[in-house]
Amino acid sequence: MSTGVITKISGPLVVASGMRDANMFDVVRVSNSRLIGEIIEMRGDRASIQVYEETSGIGTGEPVESTEEPLSVELGPGLIQGIFDGIQRPLNVIRDMVGNNLTRGIEVPALSRDAVWHFTPCVEIGTHVTGGDILGTVEETDIVTHKIMVPPLLSGTVRSLYEGDYKVTDKIGELVTDKGEEYPIKLMQKWPVRKGRPYANKLSPDVPLVTGQRVVDALFPIAKGGVAAIPGPFGSGKTVTQHQLAKWAEADIVVYIGCGERGNEMTDVLNEFPELIDPHTGKSLMERTVLIANTSDMPVAAREASIYTGITIAEYFRDMGYSVALMADSTSRWAEALREMSGRLEEMPGEEGYPAYLASRLAQFYERAGRVISLGSDKREGALSVIGAVSPPGGDISEPVSQATLRIVKVFWGLDSALAYKRHFPAINWLTSYSLYADSLGKWFNANAGEDWTKLRAEMMKLLSEEAALDEIVKLVGMDALSAPDRLKMEAARSIREDFLHQLAFHEIDTYSSLNKQLCMMRLVTQFYDDALAALEQGAAIDDIVTLPVREAIGRFKYIKEENVNAEYAAISAELKKQLADAVDRKEAF
Amino acid sequence: MPKEYRTIQEVAGPLMLVREVEGVAYNELGEIELANGEKRRCRVLEVDGSNALVQLFESATGINLANSKVRFLGRQMELGLSPDMLGRVFDGLGRPIDGGPEIIPEKRADVNGVPMNPAARSYPQEFIQTGVSAIDGLNTLVRGQKLPIFSASGLPHAELAAQIARQSKVRGANEQFAVVFAAMGITFEESNFFVESFRSTGALDRTVMFSNLANDPAIERIATPKMALTAAEYLAFDKGMHVLVILTDITNYADALREVSAARKEVPGRRGYPGYMYTDLASIYERAGRQNGKTGSITMIPILTMPEDDKTHPIPDLTGYITEGQIILSRELYRKGVNPPVDVLPSLSRLKDKGIGEGKTRKDHSNTMNQLFSAYARGKDAKELMVILGEAALTDIDKLYAKFADEFEKVYVSQGFETNRSIEETLDIGWKLLSILPRSELKRISDELLDQYYGKE
Repeated sequence: MSTGVITKISGPLVVASGMRDANMFDVVRVSNSRLIGEIIEMRGDRASIQVYEETSGIGTGEPVESTEEPLSVELGPGLIQGIFDGIQRPLNVIRDMVGNNLTRGIEVPALSRDAVWHFTPCVEIGTHVTGGDILGTVEETDIVTHKIMVPPLLSGTVRSLYEGDYKVTDKIGELVTDKGEEYPIKLMQKWPVRKGRPYANKLSPDVPLVTGQRVVDALFPIAKGGVAAIPGPFGSGKTVTQHQLAKWAEADIVVYIGCGERGNEMTDVLNEFPELIDPHTGKSLMERTVLIANTSDMPVAAREASIYTGITIAEYFRDMGYSVALMADSTSRWAEALREMSGRLEEMPGEEGYPAYLASRLAQFYERAGRVISLGSDKREGALSVIGAVSPPGGDISEPVSQATLRIVKVFWGLDSALAYKRHFPAINWLTSYSLYADSLGKWFNANAGEDWTKLRAEMMKLLSEEAALDEIVKLVGMDALSAPDRLKMEAARSIREDFLHQLAFHEIDTYSSLNKQLCMMRLVTQFYDDALAALEQGAAIDDIVTLPVREAIGRFKYIKEENVNAEYAAISAELKKQLADAVDRKEAF
Repeated sequence: MPKEYRTIQEVAGPLMLVREVEGVAYNELGEIELANGEKRRCRVLEVDGSNALVQLFESATGINLANSKVRFLGRQMELGLSPDMLGRVFDGLGRPIDGGPEIIPEKRADVNGVPMNPAARSYPQEFIQTGVSAIDGLNTLVRGQKLPIFSASGLPHAELAAQIARQSKVRGANEQFAVVFAAMGITFEESNFFVESFRSTGALDRTVMFSNLANDPAIERIATPKMALTAAEYLAFDKGMHVLVILTDITNYADALREVSAARKEVPGRRGYPGYMYTDLASIYERAGRQNGKTGSITMIPILTMPEDDKTHPIPDLTGYITEGQIILSRELYRKGVNPPVDVLPSLSRLKDKGIGEGKTRKDHSNTMNQLFSAYARGKDAKELMVILGEAALTDIDKLYAKFADEFEKVYVSQGFETNRSIEETLDIGWKLLSILPRSELKRISDELLDQYYGKE
């Protein structure tokens, strides 16, 4: 055990001497209050330590003690429905221990040592197993079966394994490793957060992560195992969009990291998720969710660790063969924490004071996403999708964090404050956003949602971009100067925006749209354009067309319950045809 | 008796270096004694070996390297707390300046506060009726929210904040309330405006004032909001009161922060403000809220003036990322004579959705709110077009929208600083305005509500 003495304190950075025996990135206990810290730089026997708790009142001469272990998370039953801080301390347990405020130096295990789980083995005694093989299962919640796996890098023969009720630290069986050593099997394992968990190989993503959000699924889809970024100025709806994805994305497990954001947002998730019902499983959404909360008033260094803690937990579930979605809100706060530590270490700054290694750290983080074949002999497939929010100062994405993020991610949902002011939500700008998965996922949508999906998408995108061009003209010469077909185009694009893209997160029905409902809506808004254009050619008046009563029904389609979608669609589609035919007749009557 | 040091090595701006210290702790409070016996306060910013870097809270005038003495007090900056603080006026460091007696503290608390456990927060969802339509109807304030006013020089933010403080109430409730007011670098006139306003409604007895005026040491401002919030936390969570905290002006606070950062030669972030300004502001704003199992609450209205009316300036920008919305005042509306000049489109209350609706305000609130926003946005677009092309270029429907936008500003927003509207009045005015538009345009309102309210007087 190596112990040193504090020689310098500057905010969350503490320097200790006498630390020659300690390793880089060891977790240390700082001062008499035993604050948790991590060594981030070594010079001679002086170690620079980032401290994960408030350092006020710490003086020079106090001791620093190394635990000789890197910062690790505990992985096992008890993660789901938990709320943890940036270094995986359970916040609800802390609240019960010390009250409503977070005091310092609290030592509490991440996973409850008292909770009892029922373990059911699924391998025979005497089987030879390797890292990643499933030994048995624990029903953690109604919808999550927690698979107990052989830790990576380990292989051997199962000597004993018992069904029964266990605490996470109890021995549930024994393994004889290939080297002949005995290894006690427990429900819990540990993994260092800064190292990605290993997998057999990576696959390229080809299945969409369906989110029930129309602008995302229809225009800018994300794949299972993909990475997306949501940059936007404040008030443009980043957090609501992240919450919507966490609620409705078709994932088995959701890890939500609140990194340097508002405390009330985490409270909102804690209050709301247990009440919401997952449309796929019929169970509460909380039963698949893990929360990491390091709010903006909590110590800054733990903010840096929080995204690693979150993604390691997500990888663990990915290794079980699940599709995991991770939301990080916001990566800009993480980058700022990095900048603050870098400044205190007196490193030479790169752009805007951020350290020169910002881009590579970000890339390393996002690269831990992906669709993979896990370790283990059954070749399970798991996926980890990462959706990161970015909070660019002033909404200007030319700043370093946005730019470094854009170089990595495949999907970009650009939030637009102008849309937000008009209360067009989600305020994802359809002209600047993109998804590089759109083509590869198009095949899936055509095969599974409707064969005309990609055609409809292309038509909508075309109308929207033509609207933007026409809008310039309207601004100069007025709507009346447009030709009838152009006016129709503007109307059709408006219908796409208002009737399809606009989606109310707080409306009980509109908050989630199945792919079938999305398809019906896409068909309706494009049918309006196609059929009206034909009617126009047959002599119908444009003023007549834009005021058709059926358009109100199209506008209200989003509020139709899922079970009535098909019937209503058929009715409205027929009504649209009829009213357009009437419009043509009226013209001919003159 | 704490050790006294006569080893002041240098004084530069707000910073002082003391050598050969022992056992000094980070963030510890210190006291400087001048040769004439005058005492000034400071705190430790950094300890490196036997050197302590110290930040002064008051002016450096008169400090002498040879004969001034420094003592470290072994504690952090604290504020003595007692219910007797209500009705009193303190300076920016928490010392009484109203000529009254010293406060006999019931307890002392570290002014830096302790972060609230997010698992112990209780989500703010109680509607506060401010009597201002642009806030109640469209950017609803709820108890425990932090909702800043983004203003600019020459705009009536003080009038609006005073109006909110005067009129705010939770309907059907008769609970203990208090106002904590922190003035940071504002003028005597502005500060006095608030005092007179509190006095006229009899709220002065329930107000705690911390006053750091423009001619007080700028560096003292760094402690002022922390003092105010420590008092607010005590009143809210120990004494069960509902506390409204008004902090004005955050821009002056941030400038003081920049002064210290520049003196330390730190790598600056945008516009010279320190890279940790987000964290620093968050440690102030996040102290608002509600806690499980506590009756009291802290609702916060920070006021900041945007330099050059620029919303992307670091101070409003970082504030907007932390607070739960913002009320933005517009110079254009003010020139038109709209008062309060609330620019409703970029204004936002993030917590409104949980605070409105049936049982809280009225069931038509949410739908009409969305409709008013989108109709006003479209009306403004139409008016812009009209400026370029003349009225003739607008379609009939756009003409209606333009008329709606005008009426909306005139009737809905411009209510004056003396009118106190109930939420029902606000909603009814909203319906009256929406009746300008044909029913088929009101896509964001459900049929059922339209049947009940549309076109009815």
